[in-house]
Amino acid sequence: MKKNPDSPWRQPLAVIGVTILVIWVLVAIFAPLIAPSNPIAQNYKELLPPNAHNWFGTDSVGRDILSRVVYGARITLPLSIMLVILAMIVGTIIGAIAGYFGGWVDAALMRLTDVVLAFPGIILAMAVAAALGAELRNAVFAVVLVAWPTYARLVRGLILSSKNADYVTSSRLLGASTTRALFVDLRPNISGPVFVLAALEAGNGMLLLSGLSFLGLGARPPSAEWGAMVSAGANNFDKWWIAVFPGLAILTAVLAFNFLGDALRDILDPRTAKALRE
Amino acid sequence: MLGITFISFSVTQLVPGDPAALNLGQSAMSDPTIVAAWRAKYGLDKPVPEQYIIYLNHLLHGDLGQSQQSRRAVSTDLAEYFPATLELATVAIFFSLIFGLLFGIIAAVTRNRWPDQVIRFITLTGVSVPTFWLSLVFFYVFYFKLSWFPSNGRLDPGVDAPSTITGMYTVDAVLHGQFALAWQALRHIMLPAIVLAIYTIAVLTRFTRASILEILNNDYVRAARAKGLPESLVIRRHVLRPALLSIVTVAGVAFGNLLAGSVLVENVFSWPGIGQYAYRSSIGLDLPGIMGVSIVVAGIFITMNLLVDIAYRFIDPSLRHG
Repeated sequence: MKKNPDSPWRQPLAVIGVTILVIWVLVAIFAPLIAPSNPIAQNYKELLPPNAHNWFGTDSVGRDILSRVVYGARITLPLSIMLVILAMIVGTIIGAIAGYFGGWVDAALMRLTDVVLAFPGIILAMAVAAALGAELRNAVFAVVLVAWPTYARLVRGLILSSKNADYVTSSRLLGASTTRALFVDLRPNISGPVFVLAALEAGNGMLLLSGLSFLGLGARPPSAEWGAMVSAGANNFDKWWIAVFPGLAILTAVLAFNFLGDALRDILDPRTAKALRE
Repeated sequence: MLGITFISFSVTQLVPGDPAALNLGQSAMSDPTIVAAWRAKYGLDKPVPEQYIIYLNHLLHGDLGQSQQSRRAVSTDLAEYFPATLELATVAIFFSLIFGLLFGIIAAVTRNRWPDQVIRFITLTGVSVPTFWLSLVFFYVFYFKLSWFPSNGRLDPGVDAPSTITGMYTVDAVLHGQFALAWQALRHIMLPAIVLAIYTIAVLTRFTRASILEILNNDYVRAARAKGLPESLVIRRHVLRPALLSIVTVAGVAFGNLLAGSVLVENVFSWPGIGQYAYRSSIGLDLPGIMGVSIVVAGIFITMNLLVDIAYRFIDPSLRHG
């Protein structure tokens, strides 16, 4: 391994995070090969505790929980990644417009961000998800609606600090368009911090999404979404295995995102990184 | 604040579902005159901008409208639900401050050695654990298996609440001299408060560690050490005191979060607070309820930030003349 102190691979947490994520992605891809049985097939073996045949036990309609957790990776993981990307795109565009054009555009967009940030995420997301109807798609939309302002603020600040740099001005003087200034000249300064934020926010997005499903405002039965599965466990709380395994799935995936984000932040934020090396 | 009313009003306009259908019975729905009367009662028959203006006008007079579910004034509902959340959040922030500061100091002092690494791992886990799941796990382990703590709700079933002074059962019971009741109420708070505190403990720990590390690099700390002061005194007098400044900020914001963000925990523990109220209003498409809760909660958020700003000036003399 290279002796570069800034390499992500020197951070054990980053390695653990990436490893867990890779495992989950593989589980999602090869779900049909891994899952011992059909995740939505019901049978008479209801509420069995973990045993040699059903390693994670069965739920109240006799579905194999291991199979459901495995197939759940196909629902929760892609959706979390999708919502992070959507929030990142929306937030970045709004932040870039606000920062680059300034004036009343900036003022209006930033007031909007402030207002959305003034709401506690879960309350706004819950109201939006409920208003649109309990469906997974609406829950994703609700989470995106709550998540974009963080990116907008970050990107606006980054643009403000570098839009008057000499290299941008000279590029403009050479006749570069606004689009070029934003996408070619300024983008490299923005993408690093935005990706770190995205890694840190991916976990939060996943928690919020599964929280909405838990409340019955996201995935609907018989979907094997992890949050909804924990919720099924709440109705049979004395049968611990129903809630514990899908919950552990959420925990490990969120933890992996946070490990990765945390390590990336240390690497990209020189001040923290320096403090750590001292 | 105007922006908040606008956003929450817009959210309620997203509704493709019919609030009338959810709040009236099926037989009532089949009678168009009843539906029309219901709409007229809640002003839903008027054009949308007019509904907004009417709402703002009522709001300025302190009227949050009438809940379509409880059929009472939203403000009455909130006044009943809020103390439960306040009580819960206060206990939670208490735990958070104690353990957050403790872990943060330990992590900073042992920076990059094993206690720091262990604490880093624990705090990352703390921010990653789904609270609704942790609530269930704690409920199962500490109530169902070990019986260390009582079941759901604010009091044991069938026990009368103390007559209302503050609405916070522990405080009310003590004020009435009913100490056994206060103890019972406190035991009921513990489990949800601990679950609620875990996330905040993690946030405060990381923040405390970071701000202490930043201060440790200052020249005056080096000077204090050079004078030969014992390390514990250096930490206490020259590091902790300035660090407290930024910790107060985060703790204030965290308290606002606890007041507003306890939906999932309240849901699992059947805790009748504003989180539960927000949940029930959302599920029942109770538009005045949703708006009332959003406005109150966002108001709390903004007030907390304001209080933090004021506290800041109080703690840091250099800002007073800034």
